Parts: sequence; structure tokens; C-alpha cells
Amino acid sequence: MTIDYHAILPVLILSSTIVIVLVTDLFLPPRHKSASMWVALVGVLATLVAVLSLIGKGDRPDSFGGSYQVDAFTIVFQTFFMSAAAVVLLISYRYFREGGFYQGEYYFLLLTSFLGCLLMPASRDLLMLFLSLELVSAPGFLMAAFRKSDVKGNEGGLKFFLIGVLSTAVMLYGMSLIYGLTGHLQLAAVSDGLQQLSGAKETLANAAILFVVVGFAFKVSAVPFQFWAPDTYEGSPVPVAAFLGVASAAAGFAGLLQLMFVAFVHEYTFWVPLFVALSLVTMTLGNLVALQQRQVVRLLAYSGIAQTGYILLPFALVSADPSINHSAFQAAVTYILIYGIMNLGAFAVTTAISGQRPLLRIEDFAGLAKTAPLLATAMTVFMVSLAGVPPTGGFWAKLLIFQAGIQRGGVGVLLAVAMVINSVISVGYYFLIPRAMIFEDAEDQRPFRSPILVTAVVAVAMTALLIIFVVPNAIYRLGEVTSLGFGG
Amino acid sequence: MTWQNSAITITTLLPIVGALGILLVPRGDDRLVKGIGIAITGACLALAIAIAATYDYSAPACAAPPCLQFVLNVAWIPVIGARYHVGIDGISMPLYVLTFLLGFLCAVYTGRYVPEPGRIKAFVALTLLLITGMAGTFVAFDLILFFVFWELVLVPMYFLIGVWGSANRQYASIKFFLYTLLGSVFMLLGFLALYFSGPVDALGKHTFDLTALTAFGAGGGYTHLFQLVVFGAIGLGFAVKVPMWPFHTWLPDAHTEAPTIGSVLLAGVMLKMGTYGFVRIALPVLPQGAVAYAPWIGGLAAIAIVYAALACLAQKDLKRLIAFSSVGHMGFVMLGIATLTTIGIQAAIFGMVAHGLITGMLFFCVGSIYDRYHTRQIADIGGGMAEIMPKLSGIFAFVAIASLGLPGLAGFWGEVMALLGSFSPNTSTVAGLNVGLFRAFMIAGGIGTILTAGYFLWMLQRVNMGLAPERWKDNGFQDILTVEWVSWVPLLVLILVLGLIPSIVLNSTEQGVNLIVRIFGG
Repeated sequence: MTIDYHAILPVLILSSTIVIVLVTDLFLPPRHKSASMWVALVGVLATLVAVLSLIGKGDRPDSFGGSYQVDAFTIVFQTFFMSAAAVVLLISYRYFREGGFYQGEYYFLLLTSFLGCLLMPASRDLLMLFLSLELVSAPGFLMAAFRKSDVKGNEGGLKFFLIGVLSTAVMLYGMSLIYGLTGHLQLAAVSDGLQQLSGAKETLANAAILFVVVGFAFKVSAVPFQFWAPDTYEGSPVPVAAFLGVASAAAGFAGLLQLMFVAFVHEYTFWVPLFVALSLVTMTLGNLVALQQRQVVRLLAYSGIAQTGYILLPFALVSADPSINHSAFQAAVTYILIYGIMNLGAFAVTTAISGQRPLLRIEDFAGLAKTAPLLATAMTVFMVSLAGVPPTGGFWAKLLIFQAGIQRGGVGVLLAVAMVINSVISVGYYFLIPRAMIFEDAEDQRPFRSPILVTAVVAVAMTALLIIFVVPNAIYRLGEVTSLGFGG
Repeated sequence: MTWQNSAITITTLLPIVGALGILLVPRGDDRLVKGIGIAITGACLALAIAIAATYDYSAPACAAPPCLQFVLNVAWIPVIGARYHVGIDGISMPLYVLTFLLGFLCAVYTGRYVPEPGRIKAFVALTLLLITGMAGTFVAFDLILFFVFWELVLVPMYFLIGVWGSANRQYASIKFFLYTLLGSVFMLLGFLALYFSGPVDALGKHTFDLTALTAFGAGGGYTHLFQLVVFGAIGLGFAVKVPMWPFHTWLPDAHTEAPTIGSVLLAGVMLKMGTYGFVRIALPVLPQGAVAYAPWIGGLAAIAIVYAALACLAQKDLKRLIAFSSVGHMGFVMLGIATLTTIGIQAAIFGMVAHGLITGMLFFCVGSIYDRYHTRQIADIGGGMAEIMPKLSGIFAFVAIASLGLPGLAGFWGEVMALLGSFSPNTSTVAGLNVGLFRAFMIAGGIGTILTAGYFLWMLQRVNMGLAPERWKDNGFQDILTVEWVSWVPLLVLILVLGLIPSIVLNSTEQGVNLIVRIFGG
């Protein structure tokens, strides 16, 4: 078995960082425990550099018998995950330093989860996908319950744990059936193996696919497997909610994309109707329930569910035509990338606000346009972007999905129509926050102390969305190059 | 970089540069912010006039519309085949200049009147962004670019109404936003359908280019059923913006609650984006769809004219009355378009320009009246304005009479030509339009003009005439201020000049309109 050390360099660096963070924490005096964040940040940035150093060096399919592969898909997603890691670290710094948490342990757990994220896009067999997903989730259970003295934190963590374990079991059962039927773990080989099945074995394979999809549906919080998300997000520390809402969900999609567009692609006639229903119900229910929310983290949780519905839409467009599959795949990847930026930004602002207004109701955002103009402007951009309205990057994300839907024709048009109606509904709640910030006056008129690290992150995310709006081609290119070698 | 290929880009995007510049101005320097606003919009207006002056009106006609000059067509988003394609033709020209004229006058007006609660930086910056969005819509010839400019107006206008509006502003702003967004997302799906069913180049690539799509669509490239469906989707987006009855309910709220310059730009320019969209995209690209929908559009337009006039008779709020009158005037514009004749579409474009000047001016007047009386209720004003402020009331009367369509003023030509077009609609196409039906619309329109005259004269009677109530007499109301003269005189002069010499606009638009009507065999 050959190992391509350059290809796995990012994984090696991040793994070492995890150990270093854990060990350094032992020797840090209590007052300086927050220094772990800087250690972690340096490690993440080094990992990012290592990922970027793989650009232009061609595909590297050879590590561990092809289980770990580096191609454009891997590099794009690993870059995305490491950037997200840097953001989550930066917005965690003050929150955890001032909140009386165990900081060394937190940064250790967070990096471990991100190691799972890092592995996910490179995983090209069922076992690696499963391991990566578990590596993302297991530390997540602990982090979700990090507010130990808070009943909601415990409730959220426990729900997340129970449902996470259940979904894992179902998924693993499905994977074992697929292995039993095809005798393969590698995604490409599974794809060929499934194609040769017929009769009862084909039915069993379809059941196995269903199990795997259900497992991932839990991870990305698709309806009807979504009910853990709002409670868990609300009970978690806000930066952890940011991690769950962005990185964890994106990791789920990175795995699901490989399974549906590579391993199970020939069985699309069976599972496409499933995704049509999942997508429709998820976006509609997420939006309608989000309209009722008056607490910002819960609102973002339901908005995340609705957005999951949008990202599931391209899966429902898969057909025998490779060019449509390519458009759908590109649309999903691009959406995840842009969604990551705007959602991280929204969570970053929420983190900044949580210091002085811990309840995080919508009325707690009132008057921020006067007391914290930069945060308010940025939050407005994030909300407009999540709603998919120009002049923000979110518009281009939605456009690509609409385009894939129209290109598919038939059910694709219906889904696109459902999505545009949902987009309009979503304005009803996304605009609640800018409305409170700009149209209403706060009771507390004192200037808002914006934490510097969070504010910097927020400014970068806002600028990125505005730049993407003017020159969307760059991010479209990222979506275009990550074809995973099918059709395109 | 020549004047020909860069003029449009510079003029259209200059306001955004100004908006960014304003963000850098230190807090509290209000004079500088206002100065930048006036300077930028003034420069834009000068550039737009220069474009209009250097445009070659005698250039030979092309095979298919649009006949563009000042073209810049460069790659923008190669992945989806969207290009940065801007240009201008005779149809866009009057609307483009009108946008910058009203933008400049609004900036001047803002020099004196900043609506509550101040925040002048954000106010001017959003207005500039709005101007770019509106102007860009008239010069974009790539559907994605068009849509981006089209949607760019939503967010600034939402905040202009929501922050600087009057009492019911929050409701009005979100209603405006949701309504227009709902229309425009269907329009976007329609554009994507045009893209995928449209022409393919040698490399198998589709195109969003409006010139190519128009040539394809005018040549019968799209199937009949496709045209019916997609015209419905695209038309919905335009119809909400116009707004056509029964999609008009956002308009009275938005116009009434918006600050003065918000109303001026809304009525003056933004509504024209919808009617322009019909003339520029829906008709030439989907001609069979246009023929099929024309009777319905005409019918809704006739209803709008009569309904708006009746609604105006019932209004107690001066600004709401003017807002409803817009629904009626845009009804005439849509009636003109629905006839699919040269005279009808000419009437429509002329009507757009005239309505922009007249109703923009009416909103200025109402804004200034409110600024003195601090009420918009006709009953509270109680008449006698001619006694207290003779000049303001004189101008108000002049503009109101222009709006009701007095011959010799700008409002006349759009209405009478639309009715003429309606008398003999385009019957030369295969299916043709039902002459009897359109004559019925003409009669409804005629009744509408009478009612329009009725409500405007009654309004003048209640506001201008009679004895002023005691409580207003000694308030020291100032008659028209210098800044008001500066921002109003250009409009007043143009209302008179276009009324006397309508050919200024009609000559510019004639060639483009003829090319569109030729698609319908006219």
C-alpha cells in the first residue's frame, strides 16, 4: 500500500495540532487557558497552507488503496472547511474566555470535529465516509452540551447525541448491506456493483440506499429528521451552533454528494422521488416554522433547515443526462460554499451580540444600526444574502439552482417554482432582524462594544459576499471544476 | 476605451462610486454628503445628456430590434454564459435621461429637505444606489444583467420607505418588497426558460443576450405553448412593477408612506421599468404570447383606468390620491402597449416619460404642501391654499391639469394616442386582435379621462379654492423656496415643451418601435 505524504499532509498537520492543543492546555496557567485558541489557529492556518499547496499538482488518487483521494473536489472543500475552522476559532475566543468554559478541551474537540470535516471530501469508500462523519459528530455531541449549567444545553446535547447515534446505526446498517451485496467499499466499485444487481437483490440494495440516505438526512437536518436542530442550536454555545450549522452540515453534504452522484447514481430512478419529497418538505416546513421564531438562534436553525431543502434540490434533478447531473452538482457545491460564508457571518454577528444581550431575541437587536453600525450593516447583508436578493452573493447561489431546475425540465421546473415561492416567504423572517436593527430604537442607547476579532471576521465575510456579487465567476468556477470525474 | 463604448458604463455606475465615497465622509459633515449627492447626480445628468446629444438618430435601421449604439459587450460570468452587455437605443434614451434628471432634481431637493430621522449619509447613498439600479435596467441587454439591475432597486427602496417614510412605513416597505420580489422571481424563471429553449451557438452554448434572443423569438423560435407559459411568468414580474390592476395594491401604500423623493423616483422611474420590460423583452421575444395576452392586458388596463379614477374620487389623503392616479396613468400606458401598433407603443413610451415628469412633480408639490401643513388630509388642509401660498397653489394647479391630460401639456399625447391606437388595434397578424373589444377598451379609457378630470378638478377645488381656515392663516407659511424653484423649473418647462413639441420624444423612439411592431406584421 502506497501513501502519498504530500496528499495527506493537511491531515497530518491538523492531527498534530490536536495533540499539541491538548498537551499545551495541561501546562497553561488558568488565567491563560485562552491561549489554546492561538495554538489551534496557527495549526489550522498551517493546514490551510498545506491544502493550498496541493493546487495544480494534479489528482492524487493513490493513498491507502484509493480510500483517500485528492482532487479538485477535495481541495475546494478542504479549503472551505479550514477557512470555516479559522472563523469558528476566532469567534469562539472571547465567548469561551469570558463564559467560564473549559477552553483547552473545547479547542481540542472543535479541531477533532474539523479533522472529520477535512477527511470527508477526500474519503472515497464507505468506511472512510462513515469514519469521517463520526469524527465530525462525536465531539459535536460534547460541544453541544458545553453549557453544563444550562438545562437547555443539556437537553440539546442529549437530543443531538441520541438522534446522532440512531442515525449512525441506521446508516451503518445500510452500508453493511451494500457491502454484502456488492462486495465493495470503494464508491466507484460500489457504483458498478449495484448496476449488476437485479430482482430481490436490487430491492434490498434500494432499501440499503434508503438507510444511508436517512442517516445523512439526520446530519443535514432534513425534514422529517430535523427536530433535534433547533433545540441543539439554541442550547449550544453560539460558536458551536455556527460550527453545527455550517461545517457539520456541509460535511454531511460533502459525503452525500459523493454517495448520490457517484456510488448510487445509477439507481436514481429509485431515490430521485425521495429527494423531491425531502427537498420540498424541508424547504417549505423550515420556512413556515422560521416565520414563527422570535429567538435569533432558533430562527437561524430553521433557516438552516430551509436552506438544507434548497441544497437537496439539485439531488432531485439527477437523471440519465450527464450534463444535467453536472449542472446540478455544480449548483449544490456552489450553494454550499456561498451559504457557508453568509451563515457563518450571521452566526458571527449573533456571537458578538450574545455578550451583552444573551437572550438573543429579535428585539435584542433593536437599534444596533446606531450603536454598532458595522455589525448592523453586515448582518443586513447576510440576511439579504440568505434571502437570495441582489446586491449580495446569495443571489448567485440561488440562481444556479434555479438554472439547473429549468435545465432539467419537468419536475425540475416544479421544484424551481417551489423554491422561488419559498425564497419570497423567507424574506418575511430574514428581514425581521434588519428591521429591528434599523427601523427600531433600542432601550439601551449606550454604544455597543463590538469584540474586535468577531468584527474583523464579520467585515471579511460581508466584503466577500459583496465581491462575489460583482464577480461571481470565480466561485462558479470552483463549482465547475469539482466534477468528481462523472460526466463532466 | 472610447466615448462610444464607455459612456454608458461610466454614467450608470458613477452613482455607486458616489455612494462608496459618501461612506468615507466623516460623521456629521452633512453639507459635504449633500454636495457629493448633487455633484454625482449632476455629473450623471450631464453625461446622459451628452450621450443623448452624440447619439446618431439618423443611423440606418437594423434587421431586428434593438438597434443599439454605445455598446459595450464583454464577458462577465462565462460559466453561465452571462455577459456585461450594455447599450442604448431610441426607446431607452428618453427613459435613461429621465432617470438621471429626476435623480439630480431629487438630490437638489435633498439639499434642503432631509426627511426624519436624518441619517443623511445612508439616505443619499441609498438614493444613489437606487439610481444606478433604475438606470441600468434601461441599458442592460443581457437578461441576467437586466435582472440584477432590476432587483438592485429593491433593497434601497425598501430602506428608503422603511426608515424615512411616514407613520405606516414598516408595513408599506415590506409589502412593497414582498410583492415585487414575488413577481420578479417568476420573471427570473422565465428568463432561464428563454435561455434553455433559446438559440445555441456553434459550441453548443446558450445565451442570455437580448439581441440574440429577440432575433430568435421574433423569428418564431419558441413554440406557441412555451410562449404562453413564459409570457405569463415574465409578464407577471413586469405587471407587478407597472403595476397593472389587480396587482397594484402595494403601490398606494408604498407611495403614500415613502419620503418625497422616494415617491418621486418610484412614480417617476421605477414604474416604467415594468412597462419598459413589456416593450423591450416580453413583446419582441415572445410575439405569439403577446398576441394571446394582449386582449387581457388591454382589459386589465381599461379596468385600471376606470377603477383608479373612481378610487381617486374616494381618497381623503392627498398623497394617496396622487398614488392612485398613477395606477390610472399606467393603465393608459399598458393599453397603448396592448394594441401592438406603432401609435400605441409610441403612446406608451411617451406616456411613461410624461407620467414621470408630471407625477414626479405632483409628488414634489405634495411633499412641499405636507412640509408646510404637516398633514396630507384634504379636509384638514381645508382649501384656500391660493390665498396663503399663491405660487405653490398655482404650480400645483398647473401640474394637476397637465396630469388630467389638457392638450398642449405633456399628459395629453400619451392618453390620446393610446386611445387612437385602441380604436384600430393591430389586426394584421395571423390571429389579429378583436377590433370591437379594443374599441370597448377605448370607450372605457374615454370615460376614465372624464373621471380623471373630475377628481383632479375636485381636488384643486378642495385644496386651492375657497377661504383658508383661520388656523393656517398666520402660520407664516413660506411660498416656494429657491431650492424648490431649482428642482421644479426643469420639470415644469419640460411638461410644457413636451406638450407643445411631442416629437422630441417620438422621433427618438420611432425607429425602435417600428422594428418591434414589424414583428407583429404591422
